[in-house]
Amino acid sequence: MRYVRDVAAVIRSKNAGPFELTFDLMFTDRQAYDEVRKNITPSKIAELYRIPVDDVLKIVHFEPALAVKITIVRPRASGALGETDVYGAQQHAPLFELTY
Amino acid sequence: MMDEIRVLSPTAILGYGFPVASFEEGLRREPHVIAVDGGSTDPGPYYLGSGNSFTQRQAVKRDLKLLIGAALERKIPLIIGTAGGSGARPHVEWAWEIVQEILTETRQKAATAVVFSDVPKAVVLDMIRQGRTAPCGPLEELTPEAVEDAVHLVAQMGVEPFIAALEEGADIVLAGRAYDPAAFAALPIMRGFDPGLALHMGKILECAAIAAVPGSGSDCLLGRLQRDSFILETLSPVRQCTPISVAAHTLYEKSDPYVLPGPGGTLDLRSTQFEGLPEGRVKVWGTKFVPTPKFTVKLEGARAVGFRTVSIAGVRDPIMIEQIDSILEGVRERVQDNFDELQDYFLQFRCYGKNGVMGDLEPTPNPGHELGIVIECVAETQEIANTICGFARSTLLHYGYPGRKSTAGNLAFPYSPSDFSAGAVFEFCVHHLMELDDSKGIFPMEWRVIE
Repeated sequence: MRYVRDVAAVIRSKNAGPFELTFDLMFTDRQAYDEVRKNITPSKIAELYRIPVDDVLKIVHFEPALAVKITIVRPRASGALGETDVYGAQQHAPLFELTY
Repeated sequence: MMDEIRVLSPTAILGYGFPVASFEEGLRREPHVIAVDGGSTDPGPYYLGSGNSFTQRQAVKRDLKLLIGAALERKIPLIIGTAGGSGARPHVEWAWEIVQEILTETRQKAATAVVFSDVPKAVVLDMIRQGRTAPCGPLEELTPEAVEDAVHLVAQMGVEPFIAALEEGADIVLAGRAYDPAAFAALPIMRGFDPGLALHMGKILECAAIAAVPGSGSDCLLGRLQRDSFILETLSPVRQCTPISVAAHTLYEKSDPYVLPGPGGTLDLRSTQFEGLPEGRVKVWGTKFVPTPKFTVKLEGARAVGFRTVSIAGVRDPIMIEQIDSILEGVRERVQDNFDELQDYFLQFRCYGKNGVMGDLEPTPNPGHELGIVIECVAETQEIANTICGFARSTLLHYGYPGRKSTAGNLAFPYSPSDFSAGAVFEFCVHHLMELDDSKGIFPMEWRVIE
C-alpha cells in the first residue's frame, strides 16, 4: 500500500461553479497515473469525505494531463450561510491520505 | 480569407494587472483583437447580489488605460466580457464610468458598444411556466420565488452579441455577464474560423498565463488560431506553455474536461491533441463544437439574506480547548435564552485549528494547542446581527466551564473593537439553464459615444 501523495504532482480542489466541488490529481509519470486511477472509486472518496456515495458525481480520467478528476456535491452553495471556503481551494487535504 | 487570427489576452481578470513588457511583446506580434475577462462567480454571491465589483477601481483603470490606448492606436477591437466582476447592470455601468473617464482624460474617441445581460424576470417566469428551465448542477428546479427574490439576474451571453457589436463597428465592446470564452472567440468566429477551436482557445486565454508554467493570473498570453489548430504562446521569458500545463488548465474549475457545455452548444474535447512546440509554445487541435438542438443559456441570480457581524478571537487555554464543543453549545443556549424574542438569526462559531476550513467534511477534527474562533451572526438587520454577535462574544469571554482555572477571561482578541459589521449578505438563488428563442434578443446593446 502506497500513498497517492507520494506520486502525484498536483492535488487540488476548487469550485466547479457554485454548487460543485472538484478535485484534480495530476501525475508526471504515466505508470503512476495508470496504477492510481484504477484505485480511485466513488466509495473510496465517499469514505474519505464522509459523504453519501451518491454525492460523488463524477470521476473522470483525463489522459492529456495524466489527471484524475473527482467532482462531488458542494456541502452548500458557495457563500451560503455556514460557508467555510468560498473558492473551495482548501478542501483537498483528505486526498493526501488516499492510498493505492 | 485569412489564415491566422491572433488574440491577445492581457490578464486573467481585468484589474489583476500584467507586466507592460509582456503586453508590449504581445502587441509586437500584431494581434487582431485584445480580449479580457472581467469576472467570475468564484468570489461568491455577494458581488452579484450587491452590484459591487470584487476588483478595485484603481486596478481596473490601470489595466484599461493600457488596453484602450493600445487597441485604439492599432485600430483593433478591445472586448471586455463580464464587466465589473459579475456583469449585471450596476457592474457594467461601473466599468463604463472607468472607460469614459479614461477616454476623456486621454482625449481619445471610441465607439463603445455596451451589451447588457440582465434578464427581465417576466421572461424567466414565462420560461418556468413553459418548462424550459433546468438546474445547472446538483440543485433544485428553478422556482418563481427564486426569480422574484433575485436582486440581480443575469444570463451568460455567447459570441452572438459580441459579433453583432463588432459587425456594427465597435472599437470597444463592454459586455455584461458572458460565457468566459465568448469575448475571445467572437472575432475569430465572425471571421469564419472553426468555433470549436476558437472557443477552446478562448477557454484557455480567458485565464491568460494561468495555463503556463509557472502559472500567473497577472501575465499575458497570446493565441494564434489557424484553420485547423491553434497555438498558445507566452509573452514573458520566465514562462512557457507545455502540453501538460495547457491540458491541465482544461480541468480547472470544471467537472468534466471532455464535455464542456456553453451557450448554444458543447465543446467536445474527446479528440483533442496537445503538442509541444519549440520556445515554450503548445499546439492544440481536434476540439469540436457540437450545437445543441435548443439554444440554452446559463442564468445566475443572487438574493439578499440579511446582514453579518463577525468577531475574531483566539483560545490558548488547554482546559478550555478540551471542552470547546460543549462550551460553545452552552454559549449558544445562553444567547437563545437571553434573546428569546429573536428567533430568526444565524449564529455560528468557527473553530480554526479544529475544523474551521472543512467544517463537516473534516476527517480529523482534533484541536491543536490553540484555536482561532470566529463568531458570526447573520440576521435581518445589522443591529440584530451586532447584538447577537456581541452578546455571544461577551458570554464566551466570561463563560464558566467545569475545571476552569483561567477566571479572568477566555478569549484573546487581536482587535479593538472586537466585532466587525460586515454588511449585507447574499446567496446564489439562481444557477439554472434556460432555453432561448433568439440568441441575441435578450442581450440589448447600447452605443456610447463621448463627444
